[in-house]
Amino acid sequence: MTENILEMKNITKRFASVIANEDVNLIIKKGEVHALLGENGAGKSTLMNCLYGMYDSYEGEIYFDGQLVNIQGSKNAIALGIGMVHQHFMLIPALTVIENVVLGLKENKKVLDLDSAAKKFTELGKKYNMEIDPWIKVEQLSVGQQQRLEILKALYRDAKLLILDEPTAVLTPGEVDGLFDMMTALTSEGHTVIFISHKLNEIMRICDRCTVLRLGKVAATVEISDVKNRQELAALMVGREVELTTQKAPADLRGEKLVVKDLCCNNDRGIPALKNVSLEIQSGEILGICGVDGNGQSELVQCITGLRESTTGQILINGHDSTKFNPRQVLKQGVSHIPEDRHKFGMVGAMEIDENMSLISYKETLYSIKGILKWNWIRKHSQKVCEDYNVKTPNVRELANNLSGGNQQKFVVGRELERDPGVLIAVHPSRGLDIGATKYIQSQIVKQRDNGTAVMMVSTELDELIELSDRILVMFEGEVMGIVDQKDATRETLGPLMAGVTE
Amino acid sequence: MVDLITNFLTADIRTATPLILAALGLVFSERAGIVNIGTEGVMLTGALLGCVGSSIWDSSFAGALLAIAGGAVLGFIFAFFTVSLRSNQIVVGAAFNIFAGGFTITLNRLLLNGEKVVGFSNYPIPILSKIPILGDVFFNWSIPVYLTFIAVPLCWFVLLKTNIGLKVRAVGENPKACDTVGINVFRTRYGAIIFSGMMAGFAGSFVSMGQLSSFTEGMVAGKGFMAMAVCVFGNYSPISVMLAGLLFGAADALKYRLLTTSIGGYYQFLNMLPYLITIIALCAFAKRTNKPAGSGITYRKE
Repeated sequence: MTENILEMKNITKRFASVIANEDVNLIIKKGEVHALLGENGAGKSTLMNCLYGMYDSYEGEIYFDGQLVNIQGSKNAIALGIGMVHQHFMLIPALTVIENVVLGLKENKKVLDLDSAAKKFTELGKKYNMEIDPWIKVEQLSVGQQQRLEILKALYRDAKLLILDEPTAVLTPGEVDGLFDMMTALTSEGHTVIFISHKLNEIMRICDRCTVLRLGKVAATVEISDVKNRQELAALMVGREVELTTQKAPADLRGEKLVVKDLCCNNDRGIPALKNVSLEIQSGEILGICGVDGNGQSELVQCITGLRESTTGQILINGHDSTKFNPRQVLKQGVSHIPEDRHKFGMVGAMEIDENMSLISYKETLYSIKGILKWNWIRKHSQKVCEDYNVKTPNVRELANNLSGGNQQKFVVGRELERDPGVLIAVHPSRGLDIGATKYIQSQIVKQRDNGTAVMMVSTELDELIELSDRILVMFEGEVMGIVDQKDATRETLGPLMAGVTE
Repeated sequence: MVDLITNFLTADIRTATPLILAALGLVFSERAGIVNIGTEGVMLTGALLGCVGSSIWDSSFAGALLAIAGGAVLGFIFAFFTVSLRSNQIVVGAAFNIFAGGFTITLNRLLLNGEKVVGFSNYPIPILSKIPILGDVFFNWSIPVYLTFIAVPLCWFVLLKTNIGLKVRAVGENPKACDTVGINVFRTRYGAIIFSGMMAGFAGSFVSMGQLSSFTEGMVAGKGFMAMAVCVFGNYSPISVMLAGLLFGAADALKYRLLTTSIGGYYQFLNMLPYLITIIALCAFAKRTNKPAGSGITYRKE
């Protein structure tokens, strides 16, 4: 007999005029791993934040362990035995591990007894085979360790139901295996896990049941054992059949476009971020840059695009030494850049679409004459880009901020590809996009490559890299661990390289 | 020579006392993520209220209590604007300073007009105060000075060893994370700001009643800003704040010493000395920092 640890009935959550969750019913059985699947913006996180008490109000009823409960803040949720590991860790880097663990505990005495807390914490860590030194500062922990700390922090609060929000996004394949082992250990002890993800193969691998959310509503709840393949889940998530693979002809190489030789640079804190990175990309190929976030990919892109000074080494674009180029000079060489954070670097949110369109090219004669902008042409052109790249906006005078994340990204991609670049630097091009838009943008990138563009694509999504790249370069702690041909690239060959292991 | 040293050290401690008091308060509000440049204004108000209280009740103790209460009220108002209404902390702080300038002048002309009031008197500690040099330097002071140096280890203990201290440090670093573990971010920040206001008010009362026992307009003269510098230079940590305060006090004492020498004619330059040392010290130690990650950023709960 299985009983339900959690029943959420008719949950509706509104933000001003937007309905994020509508009439959602979710039943979680005790001891299962239950996936919450949905595209970005489908309402997965909103639903879990309701459950964890992050909002002031919601409509509907929540039953925990059979009892009707009223969750008015994370305090209530923790007291019930709900623990949540947020996608962006809720840890305080400047404090020690044990201080993070006891922070906010209601049984804390006025004067903290950290020693006995550390003892209890270490025992807990031993039990799940993931010990962390309680006395070091959290900023010294790796991302994987921080995640384990978050899980231990929840268990320390006697969480019976653990919510993991996109936990694998920041992990290497090896660390993912470790996480899954731990999830199995937890459920065998009677804990329950809600696993939020949009990675279909992970859900197929680890979960017992899956609830699919689409546009804020429940599309279906299925037993994973009844699901035949990934396509079936994808169709449930999107609401129609989707092609999961992008077609691509063999690379037609037409000579070196971008060459990087022995490049070194420091990060913002003055610590070496790139150590003798060398690579070359030919016209007509896609070089994938693979690695866990924060292993020098951002710095490499910044060096090439002129946003960061290198310490030693050389960068050649079209055969010109562009090591000391500023961003405008780099752009003049026919380089397009889809930046990693579209809000910070890709667009100005408080400006209109057409204004954003002219940010790069405003000096060109099509856009302006003697410093006077030709708005008629710019608007017509913006209109065309929006149509070509399927950007949904009422008109081109709309503020960029008012577009949804996916549409913002499509606009940035459109603006950059429309320049018909010789070199395309694409960083997380499909981040935040639904499957349909992802496939569209991926096919556009492949089209650019077929037209002779040299493409450098940085991504943390292994599947995307393996599918699109002709070669994959793996980075770890600022070094090139190896370059793998597409035909040899699998999770198994790339995983160890991403973790810094070479035979 | 012995007199010279004794005088120098007592001058040092006398100048350092209000700086350390206000800076200890600032350690808490800064650690909680609030940049409170209004301290200058709160100290000035405290200086005036101290004298007002002392004038009404003929007791420096009552004056100090009034100054502390005034500081608490100002702290509450500052918290209301910056935490609840999420106004810009720098703008509100600047407004406080301008307000305090006019408010204290008006109240002074209405109530005090430079009237002499009962100041803090010295309570030499029996036996200990009879030790040569050390006795005068350490054991012959008024109550606020003793309290200041008792407050230093006390604040250190509260900040680093207690539940409240942990909460204060955490909300300044990452308020959202605190919210997820059930900490009331607003209440914690209110508490830290009000405490900082009380300390600044008390420090102000020492400025007016520590030596002179009367209020003069604008008498705080940048000590609030120096307290901020002491707090930063002391790396937001009570013990280091005490040392930083004493260093700044020493610079001030050195100024008075030099005024009587042959270079005393350049007194404008000498007046600059403590501030010059402040700037040099801040530059030299800019890297080593406990500055909280969420400093100056208001928090909005979803």
